[in-house]
Amino acid sequence: MSRASFASATWLVAEREMNVLVRTKGFWISFLVTIVGLFALVVLPTVFGGDKPVVAAVGSAASAVEGKDLEVRTVPDLAAAEALVRSDEVEAAVVPDTTGESDIGVRVVALNDPPDDVISALVAAPPVDLLDPSAVNSGVRQVVILVFALFFLLFGMGGAAIAQSTVTEKQTRIVEILVSTVPIRALLAGKILGHVLLTMGQVVVLALAAPIALRLGDQGELLAVVAPALGWFVPFLCLGFVLLAAMWAVAGALVSRQEDLGSTMGLAMLLVMGPYFGVQFFSDNAVVMTVLSYVPFSAAVAMPVRMFTGDAAVWEALLSMGLLAVTVVAIVLGASRVYSGSLLQTSGKVGLAKAWRHAD
Amino acid sequence: MTSISRSFGDNRVLDEVSFDVRPGRMTGFLGANGSGKTTMMRIILGVLAPHGGTVSWNGSPVSAEQRPMFGYMPEERGLYPKMKVAEQITWLGRLHGLDRVTAKGNTDRLLAELELTERAGAKLESLSLGNQQRVQIAAALVHDPAVLILDEPFSGLDPIAVEIVLDVLRKRASGGVPVLFSSHQLAVVEQLCDDVVIISKGVIAASGSREELRAEHGTSRFELVVSADAGWVRDLPGVRIVELDGPRAVFEVSSPDGEQAVLADALGRGAVRAFSPVVPTLDEIFKEVI
Repeated sequence: MSRASFASATWLVAEREMNVLVRTKGFWISFLVTIVGLFALVVLPTVFGGDKPVVAAVGSAASAVEGKDLEVRTVPDLAAAEALVRSDEVEAAVVPDTTGESDIGVRVVALNDPPDDVISALVAAPPVDLLDPSAVNSGVRQVVILVFALFFLLFGMGGAAIAQSTVTEKQTRIVEILVSTVPIRALLAGKILGHVLLTMGQVVVLALAAPIALRLGDQGELLAVVAPALGWFVPFLCLGFVLLAAMWAVAGALVSRQEDLGSTMGLAMLLVMGPYFGVQFFSDNAVVMTVLSYVPFSAAVAMPVRMFTGDAAVWEALLSMGLLAVTVVAIVLGASRVYSGSLLQTSGKVGLAKAWRHAD
Repeated sequence: MTSISRSFGDNRVLDEVSFDVRPGRMTGFLGANGSGKTTMMRIILGVLAPHGGTVSWNGSPVSAEQRPMFGYMPEERGLYPKMKVAEQITWLGRLHGLDRVTAKGNTDRLLAELELTERAGAKLESLSLGNQQRVQIAAALVHDPAVLILDEPFSGLDPIAVEIVLDVLRKRASGGVPVLFSSHQLAVVEQLCDDVVIISKGVIAASGSREELRAEHGTSRFELVVSADAGWVRDLPGVRIVELDGPRAVFEVSSPDGEQAVLADALGRGAVRAFSPVVPTLDEIFKEVI
């Protein structure tokens, strides 16, 4: 009998992690919710968005709405029109203008906010010449950013399973048997590998499902634009996930009980949420997006989004990916040291600095 | 084990501890709580690094490659609560370097030996504590370890389970595997072990075979039972009475073979029902040395 090699020990640990996780209901539920969410996001707008706004027209105003992209209900007087607006049966009422303020001779009566879609339907838009037309319209861009960032968030949270499993091993003390059998680094590597493979599997399924969803949503032309971005998103997400996985493993190793996990997960949580909100809020700000696309943690979302919108060249993506890869190596090495130093400290919470020193 | 030392902060838990665990023998490792037993075992397994000294096996220091050939049952029990029993044992076997088929075969055999076969497909957490304990033993044995280190293997077991586990361990020991186990149940150790190591405050207080220890720590104390009153023993020279109760006397002699004179005297006075050296129990030795 000989010792299992580092590689086979790593694989055994990874295999166990995957076996255990795919048998939990939670894993399948969150996976299904993600797929359903993806379809909903792409398909629903075409289902609900297609309807024309409904307006009430009074008297001579009827001629102003004729031939416009509006569904018209003709009512006898202003009072009846207002009643329909108040009861929410119509979005707005179009009534004759008696003050002379209006160029087109009608006023629009609405309940709370100016009804933009009705107004733009009434007014002929001037022709627009774009000097540098954006490849993707801003609505589509928002959806894609949302989808990318959401996946990152979901998988980042999924990485919490690594912290959970590390704490379980500490709490049940099986860690003593494991450590006496295989190198601690194999334990950490196996955990990361197992969860990366599972996550990669999910990303691939989603990447395959996305074109189907887009076609269903009748957004075939969007597909051509999204496909190359998906190609960038997958490797970035995987690298980003390894980075987070190492952080989660350390977060798990620093505490001894499931209940204390919250106290060490803060930083890892921040590093998941930060890129998500950063990219959400600053997606219009080219400078911030450029910075975010090079910072290792947010690069996983920001760079694919920039590739998608056509703001970044291929060399930029490769450079950012290189930076990310170097960071991954550095963080994983650091994490394995802290992991070794804290894994056998089974009383209470271990400080990061203490865990670092303790590795011997 | 040679001159093993280990401190936690300023607290020196083990101080130059040396002892041997011989192949084919069951060695009992005794000590009060906090005496360093668990720390010592963790060092043997490489879970903790010693601050001094070496752990050797077959004459050379134990290498990281050899450690997986050790079987370890930690004091604080733990396996994966949500994994199925057989699956878990097989996995641990493979982690120790067995191929899948051998690991599976060993698991089935062990579970049968430990009378757990019908729970093989159950999740660990659904088992009673006693049964979980047996699974823990299986986990330590699945890879046919070349050395067995068991920290309190009998605590939490009912008497029947103790017998089952004892059988399993004896089988390994008679197959030539050195077995080191700690226990605070002195009666169990007394019944079971061939060698004893007693540790106290981080130093070895006594070690050797059970018989050697008894001889070493046995006083020259004898028990005599005669048919009539034994009060006359009190008046013999070189004899000190420990206990006197009608026909029964327990006494100590100050010179070697002094008890022979007492026996001859007793035979001259009438029938002798019993005459034997008083062997100290492990309990007494333990109390004496720590």
